[in-house]
Amino acid sequence: MTELLFVILIGLFFAAAVYLMLSKFLVRVLLGVVLLGNAVNLLLFTAGRILREVPPIIPAGHDVPVALTANPLPQALILTAIVISFSFFAFLLVLVYRAYQDLGTDDANEMRVAEPENTPGPPTGY
Amino acid sequence: MMSTFLVFCLPFLGALVAPALTRRLGHNAAWPLALVPFGIFLHFLGFNAEIARGEVVTGGYAWVPAYNVSFSWLIDGLSLAFLSLISGIGTLIVLYAGGYLKGHPHQGRFFSFILIFMGAMLGLVASDSFLMLFVFWELTSIASFLLIGFDHEREAARRAALQALVVTSGGGLFLLAGLLILWNVTDVTQLSLLLSYGEEVRASPFYLAIFFLILGGAFTKSAQFPFHFWLPNAMEAPTPVSAYLHSATMVKAGVYLLMRLNPVLGGTPAWETVLPALGGLTLLVGGVLAIRQTDLKLMLAYTTVASLGLLVLLTGFGTEKALAAAALYLVAHSLFKGALFMVAGILDHEAGSRDVTRLAGLRRAMPVTFAAAVLAALSMSGLPPFFGFLAKEEVYAALSGGSLRALAFTAAAVVGNGLMIAVAFAVALKPFLGPVVMAPGSRHEAENLHEAPLLLWFGPLALAVKGLAIGIFAGFTHAVLTSPLASAIAGKPETVSASAVPHVGAALVLSLVTLAFGVLVYLGLARARAAAGRLVEDIGWGPDRGFDQAMRGLLAFSVAVTRFVQPGRMGVYMTATFLAIALALLLPPALYGEWPDLPLWPAGVPFHELAIMALALLGVGAVLAANNRLTAILALGIQGFCVAVIFLLFGAPDLAFTQFMVETLSVVILTLVMTRLKLTPRDHRPFGRKIADAAVAIACGLGFSLYLLKVVQGRFDTALTDFFNLYARTIAHGSNVVNVIIVDFRGTDTLGEIAVVMITGLAILSLIRIRKGRAAAGAEREANP
Repeated sequence: MTELLFVILIGLFFAAAVYLMLSKFLVRVLLGVVLLGNAVNLLLFTAGRILREVPPIIPAGHDVPVALTANPLPQALILTAIVISFSFFAFLLVLVYRAYQDLGTDDANEMRVAEPENTPGPPTGY
Repeated sequence: MMSTFLVFCLPFLGALVAPALTRRLGHNAAWPLALVPFGIFLHFLGFNAEIARGEVVTGGYAWVPAYNVSFSWLIDGLSLAFLSLISGIGTLIVLYAGGYLKGHPHQGRFFSFILIFMGAMLGLVASDSFLMLFVFWELTSIASFLLIGFDHEREAARRAALQALVVTSGGGLFLLAGLLILWNVTDVTQLSLLLSYGEEVRASPFYLAIFFLILGGAFTKSAQFPFHFWLPNAMEAPTPVSAYLHSATMVKAGVYLLMRLNPVLGGTPAWETVLPALGGLTLLVGGVLAIRQTDLKLMLAYTTVASLGLLVLLTGFGTEKALAAAALYLVAHSLFKGALFMVAGILDHEAGSRDVTRLAGLRRAMPVTFAAAVLAALSMSGLPPFFGFLAKEEVYAALSGGSLRALAFTAAAVVGNGLMIAVAFAVALKPFLGPVVMAPGSRHEAENLHEAPLLLWFGPLALAVKGLAIGIFAGFTHAVLTSPLASAIAGKPETVSASAVPHVGAALVLSLVTLAFGVLVYLGLARARAAAGRLVEDIGWGPDRGFDQAMRGLLAFSVAVTRFVQPGRMGVYMTATFLAIALALLLPPALYGEWPDLPLWPAGVPFHELAIMALALLGVGAVLAANNRLTAILALGIQGFCVAVIFLLFGAPDLAFTQFMVETLSVVILTLVMTRLKLTPRDHRPFGRKIADAAVAIACGLGFSLYLLKVVQGRFDTALTDFFNLYARTIAHGSNVVNVIIVDFRGTDTLGEIAVVMITGLAILSLIRIRKGRAAAGAEREANP
């Protein structure tokens, strides 16, 4: 049951990612997002079952894999996920960077342009 | 059948063309537009013979057959009376609005609204299916909202419009609930079928629920105490609206509903107690409040409340005579009240005031209006040979009796009617008799006062004369109008026989007493007004003020809720999100006992695998514990490369290579950006916050672990994997199965992925460009101030 090792590893990855994302500093959140991406990829990988050292490649001269190989489907999904999460990361990074340039902080609680503190309530008339 | 369907669509079509037509023709657009209700009136006139024979016309189309919902109509004596009143008075109102709002910039919009309202009202009283009834019911609320708030630049009008909408459409929801229960109890969705289920409904355990829910709808719409307050406030609307909504249409919808359901719900102790009691109370409250007012429209509005109370009283009283009286009074009231409202509008329009204490001596200048007012007021006062007289005689004949209950209601009717007579005289006589008094700030000088134009006086005069004519030709009226109407209300054939010739009897005596009381109040109107005013002031709080308080409370509540769920702190949102995720993962197995089995520690795991996993965790730990951000970024790189090595070790070389590349890029870019930011190096969280965050994080991690463990302990379905292995070479001609899936089997997916990457690139580029552009613009501004 090699999967057990992965289960523990993934649980810790998730916990660390969530803890980072709960920070009010956006750079920390960004690190959390990267960790979360890895955690999800490993989760997908494990859910497709683990097999050592046999890549899903069909040897020359055969129509189907000769031996039992690793599961190709999660790999294809993860490959897509890696690229997408990298795009996501890059976009978030630029957003954080631009937010810092304009607002002078990466503390989410100090970014209150859209939701200022002590907003007056809506008008009570008709 | 088709023609009837088209007739129901006609007002909405008219509403569509009204603005364009008004742009072209100005106020004269009233003439062609009045043809719409007039045509409808003529169409329904064609049904008279059939209905008078006691037949019922139904028709319609299936709408949602699966749910037994149809677009169908039911035309019997009750519907037809309402249809004729709505379209007939509607014709006059459209003409009157042409004169009243002459030159108003939004006259076209007004025509549009009033035609929409008319269409909704016609649909409401002709509906056979429950759903259609409800839809039109709410449509009248919405249309009346638009009409009452027509002068939307005044706050009072906005408030009145909102109030009417909240009260009446809120009541509509009660109605919907009541109809749904009725549907459940009887399994029919059409009123025409429902009428034969009276016994079952009355015996049902849900009868009281149905009763009170339907009452909630009817009483809010028909302004019964304590929901009466929206009606007088609705006088903020232009007078044509008041004359239309508050004579024959909107406020009568509730009465219509009660009359329609009387054969089904009526005859029970609850019905015969609650309806007359609240109706009688409304009658008295309306009368007293009417006396208190000096504004002509408000006086009339409160008498409308009183009249509606009388109608509800009669509908609930339960005897055949009472139902016949209700039928008569319904018709009479629609005619005289419509006329009097229009007269009040003419006075406002021509003499510049609606205050009864500021108007006098207009009889010479406005003889036609005066005539219309007097005729209508005489009908309202119930003098022979007007139609109002028939109605009042029938009311007294129905109510008078030996029992205490009859006595109490007779007394209420006498007092209420007496007060209404006083108001009728005040409205019809005070402004016209005596020496000329000009309201300050009126549009005309005394000598320039003149009769209103034809468009204005035609409507009230027509209605007032009609009230006289149908009284004189009572026999004919009963045959075509009131007898079928009373039959439909009672649910069995009825013949109304009241005539305009006074008969000596209890009813006549009561009429004389009422008249004497009314004249007495009229003569002492100033004192009566002061007394009523004191009474109201002594009570102080009223439902009108209660409405304001309720609205403010609602607003404060919604502000509090919004502030609670949207505090504007990202930490709160994130915590809530992850807490929900943790609960979603942990609660179901806890509730259903579906925890994974306790796993065994795997034997024979090679050392290098354990080592690389440990290294990955070390990297993660370093990210968490890093003292400054550069360390954190490098630590992030460690775990990323470890994950790549794990992929490599477990048969996924493609993943490993991609991961290597992406991790390298991430670390490089992150480092480059970080060196440009001057940031505080550490993540400071208070200790309590740390514990809370860690708890949420650990719950999430635990949830995912257990979930994954459960997954890998389950059976593995290899169907898809087998498929890809089997066909990767034979069909797609590739030997790397993963690559074949990416570029071939799931090629479209990959195309989408590429698009995402491209769009992200564009977004990043533009985010950076914006900054440069803004900086350039700022520099330019500084250069050329």
